[in-house]
Amino acid sequence: MDFINHKLFIKDINVHIDPILPKKIAIITHGHADHARFGHDHVIATRQTIDIMKIRYGNKCAKKFTSLRYGQKYSIKNYDFTLYPAGHILGSAQVLIEKDNHRLVITGDYKVGKDETCKNFKLVKCDTLITEATFGLPIFQHPDPKDEIKKLIHSIKINKNNSHIVGAYALGKAQRVMNLLRQQKYNETIYIHGSLEKLCQYYSKEKINIGKFEKVSSKDKSFYEGKIIIAPPSALKDRWSRRFPNPIICMASGWMTVKQRAKQQGIELPLIISDHSDWNELLDTINKSNAKNILVTHGQEDALVYYCKKQNLLSKPLSIQGRNDEEIE
Amino acid sequence: MKEFSSLLHNLILTPSRNTKIKLLQDYFKTLDINRAYALAILSDQLSFKFIKASKLRELVYEQVDQHLFDFSYDYVGDLAETISLIWPKKAASKAQNLSSLIDNIKKIKKSEINKEFGKILNQLSHNERWTLIKICTGGLRIGVSERLVKTSLADLYKKSVNEIEEIWHGLEFPYENLFRWLRNETKKPKIDFKKLFHPMMLANPIDEEKDFNRLKASEFQAEYKWDGIRVQLMVSSKKVALYSRTGDNISSAFPEIIETTKGDAVIDGELLVGKKFKPYGFNDLQQRLNRKKASKELQKKFPVFIRAYDILFYKGKDLRKLFLFERRKFLEKFQKENKSNQIDLSSIITFSNWRELSKYKNNFNDDLNEGVMIKLKNSEYLPGRKKGYWYKWKKNPKLVDAILMYAQRGHGKRSSYYSDFTFGIWKGNDLVPIGKAYSGYTDKELLVLDKFIRNNTTNKFGPVREVKKEIVLEIAFDDIFSSNRHKSGVAMRFPRIHRIRWDKPINEIISLEEFKKEFKIS
Repeated sequence: MDFINHKLFIKDINVHIDPILPKKIAIITHGHADHARFGHDHVIATRQTIDIMKIRYGNKCAKKFTSLRYGQKYSIKNYDFTLYPAGHILGSAQVLIEKDNHRLVITGDYKVGKDETCKNFKLVKCDTLITEATFGLPIFQHPDPKDEIKKLIHSIKINKNNSHIVGAYALGKAQRVMNLLRQQKYNETIYIHGSLEKLCQYYSKEKINIGKFEKVSSKDKSFYEGKIIIAPPSALKDRWSRRFPNPIICMASGWMTVKQRAKQQGIELPLIISDHSDWNELLDTINKSNAKNILVTHGQEDALVYYCKKQNLLSKPLSIQGRNDEEIE
Repeated sequence: MKEFSSLLHNLILTPSRNTKIKLLQDYFKTLDINRAYALAILSDQLSFKFIKASKLRELVYEQVDQHLFDFSYDYVGDLAETISLIWPKKAASKAQNLSSLIDNIKKIKKSEINKEFGKILNQLSHNERWTLIKICTGGLRIGVSERLVKTSLADLYKKSVNEIEEIWHGLEFPYENLFRWLRNETKKPKIDFKKLFHPMMLANPIDEEKDFNRLKASEFQAEYKWDGIRVQLMVSSKKVALYSRTGDNISSAFPEIIETTKGDAVIDGELLVGKKFKPYGFNDLQQRLNRKKASKELQKKFPVFIRAYDILFYKGKDLRKLFLFERRKFLEKFQKENKSNQIDLSSIITFSNWRELSKYKNNFNDDLNEGVMIKLKNSEYLPGRKKGYWYKWKKNPKLVDAILMYAQRGHGKRSSYYSDFTFGIWKGNDLVPIGKAYSGYTDKELLVLDKFIRNNTTNKFGPVREVKKEIVLEIAFDDIFSSNRHKSGVAMRFPRIHRIRWDKPINEIISLEEFKKEFKIS
């Protein structure tokens, strides 16, 4: 596995995985902005990830695109690349790299739990595993998202004169929240912040059940009483959110596990809904992958590296520039 | 328990006062034994420090790898929350009510705490665990004042807040008389005021620019602000009791006061360590604090006395509606009638204008007082920190410029920010840490420092980050002692960050030698 460096760069064939700066060949695991960037020469990714990049950055965000199906092999010289579902968001993938009988998997962001908005995570056996560690502490044990979404539905029932603004990342989390609401038979129109519109339309087109939605418009204030509005977290504190009547500020995120974090951000109704693996899922994946060498990227890597070493696995942190701590989901 | 823990959860997350009142009223609609416990907990009257933080850690280390716990605690910054989250999920949680849960805990024998308390934690949900640990370690910090609880009850049961306030400190768990009165089943409970702790009158810091232009010096009297602990002493022929500022009964820790005091009064004063009314430093006083009992040896080595400031009751008479200068006469009378080696009077400083007073504030040679108190002669004894009556004017703090060396994440509302800073000064070509500060900065400065730390970490030692040595902090502190516990040989009292000295290069920072010389530390 010496062929790849700490920046996920394979010098031999000039291939980067999720590079921050424009590069010659970039394999992109998924469409979140800290992984998918504008301006590469050649992007290799799943069809949905490419679609999402085009929606966000325009059709010319890369000179050339190669779309891969899950499980389809793509070779550059003596390197074979295969994408597998990561269960993180629509189109998200893990990258398997095979070279000289060595199998290396980069999980990218992933979650093991069930999610109707994307293809579910597939475990890939390997020799070296490069795992994410966003929630790499044993305090993170995500509850069932169904129970969390029921809290939102319950709050709507008992607070009829309030609006509920749910902070959720524009890509992936927002649509997951909508889908979870639909699973609980919430059939009302869901109102969304303008920045979510194109992505929601895309999810609908891809036959993901997010139900009826409508962009928030300048209606009478009282119109939004009893309604659910979904907006990116940055809009919660913005002037934008003041147009709603008696808003109850909610947030769908794994970070909501910690009360003090929720309080700091002024969240009144925290919903612990995460698109990342929790501690137990991270450990489980490490153990089942059969990998003897574990590299840990962005997040709370210290605890995970400590755990792996205790299991006699070779392990070290891999610090990737530009992805620090809590700014990502 | 479930109801109470979700009440606390919601109270913490609600910024709005009205919503808090609504939540409290929903909860207190019925008044039963569980609500009695809840009321005692919310108003901090359940003196129930059942388990110490160190014991809790011991308990959690039996369940979870110590390093993994430490990583997590460092991240969360709150012991109760870390434990409640990391506690391994056992069987499905069992519904229990608050009162029987606490009753059961009270029955646990000391030797069986680990086993029995662990068992209880197993039976609770995460949120209930958090609540229980908060209750057992004391200090909820949920942003609900006693006053807010009283207001909620008053509104809900159509009583006036003042009526509740008046009897509040005479009420005792399980509040049967209060609950019956709230439900209009009986008359307002009768309280024997003399035997109780009376909320103390506190001072506001003076705003030199604003207040001195506004306030007339002739209407005020001044006293030194002594650096001990504020106490309330209750004396009667039957009983003598000593209370801390928060109303905790601390009699047993200061037997020499209890045994020798005579008379019939309630006195407000400062507890100091010293001989013949000459106080020693705060360092010595600390030897007597946080102890339940004091050995003969300790009493001899660190004798205590009370410097009396004020008198609230005299021979059964409530003096609180009198003015300060009138109360003072009663205080002097009490002192004359009950001569004691344990009580003297705080002397009054005469001055004709504020400038003259400032000399007293700063020039008082030894370091045993912290400045002066400025009190309106015509002030009634009003509980709490009411504006416009009493002011404190602290000495200018001592200052030193030092270099930021290490940082650690903070706790509570500052958790996740790097907000605990270790700073140092030169010793030859090396830096030696001289202290640690976690306050004083503005929110903006904290963000800047936090960002600097994240981007300029040169080394990590567990939760501690070492940073590039380029930021100079101006540190304010109240006092400094020599100390053999620290590498630098000095220990500061209450160091805080006064400002960030962007203009000052690190090579202009003084050496430890110069620093010690300046503050006369050998």
